[in-house]
Amino acid sequence: MIVRCGRNRSGTRADIRAGPTVLPSLLILIWRVFMENRYMLGFRHGIPIALGYFSVSMAFGILAVADGLSPWQAVLISLTNLTSAGQFAGLSVITAGGSLAEMAFTQLIVNLRYALMSLSLSQKLHSSVGTLKRCVIAFGNTDEIFAVASSQRQSLGFFYMLGLISSPILGWSAGTLTGAVASTILPIFIRSALGVALYGMFVAIVVPPMKRRHSIRVVVAISLLLSTALTYLPYLSSFLSSGTLIILCTLAAAGLGAALFPLKEEDMEDPAEASPEAASEEAQAAASQKTEKEVTP
Amino acid sequence: MIYAYIAVMALVTYLIRMLPLTLFQKKIRNVYIRSFLYYVPYACLAAMTFPAILSATSSPISAAVGLLVAVALALWEKGLLTVAVGACAAVFLTEQVLTLFLHQPLFG
Repeated sequence: MIVRCGRNRSGTRADIRAGPTVLPSLLILIWRVFMENRYMLGFRHGIPIALGYFSVSMAFGILAVADGLSPWQAVLISLTNLTSAGQFAGLSVITAGGSLAEMAFTQLIVNLRYALMSLSLSQKLHSSVGTLKRCVIAFGNTDEIFAVASSQRQSLGFFYMLGLISSPILGWSAGTLTGAVASTILPIFIRSALGVALYGMFVAIVVPPMKRRHSIRVVVAISLLLSTALTYLPYLSSFLSSGTLIILCTLAAAGLGAALFPLKEEDMEDPAEASPEAASEEAQAAASQKTEKEVTP
Repeated sequence: MIYAYIAVMALVTYLIRMLPLTLFQKKIRNVYIRSFLYYVPYACLAAMTFPAILSATSSPISAAVGLLVAVALALWEKGLLTVAVGACAAVFLTEQVLTLFLHQPLFG
């Protein structure tokens, strides 16, 4: 009847096999999975993201309800999309009564950056993470989760990523619900102030890289000029929806940026492409990593 | 209709994240496409923020102050949460001052 509490893994197995102690041992196993192990580590790493998401998604919930959606629909969007910019743009398509094709194209353009992040993340995942697990992880690849994931030194396992995704999903959905339900209760000056929360987050993503890269400053400047012009010029603004406006500005500014300032080899964040020697080193490192464990506390 | 919108949003967003993670094992080598993808978030977020932010609050003045505070905090390398909350606080304070200054409620 002795239940071992040590961290020895073979000990855990022995406990499970012992007949009368199956239930407590199972409970301990479950407790370990959630409290000690990679899932919980990821969950903890995701908590700062969740707090940030809560305040921002409150603004989304408020905006969605103000645009005529029910709180349930607002939460459903947050649960199924998990993307601030995309949901924001999607909401404008819905209120403008755009077509489903316009919605699909808007989401494609606004969220295209995730394709690049997923590409980068695919190099970062542990070799044990198969296609099915990648399909699950892909759902939660947001800007901030990607940022935390890339900042880890080790290759990343499935349960760590699952935890890292879980807490932000909780924060994002709970914030949306709070904003959507409370929007009718909240005084108007609070609602007005929260209206800039999303934009504040966008500014926080865009401005710091502008300090470091001239090319990003130029891209942002082109985009700002275009969006301002398309918004205020008399004839154009009448037939351009805000979704189309964002698409046009993004295509033009990012396209011009790529033409004027194509990334150099060292900007590509891929040591394997820098030189043949580095590539072989990378391959050796990858081979040796297979024997290492994925990220643990 | 609203659920059709939500389904399309969710599906497109998921496929964008899922396909590169599962299908593309090799990296894109075309410099132009990689550069384009690299600049997309900045171009996109900038276009979404301005001038739309000016109509996000009760008054374009408070929105402009909020934007300036957000930019200042971001230049100071503050985190997402700090910048977002700082911008909200700036809007709140500006609207309080405007209300006092105009001796009448801003929100008619």
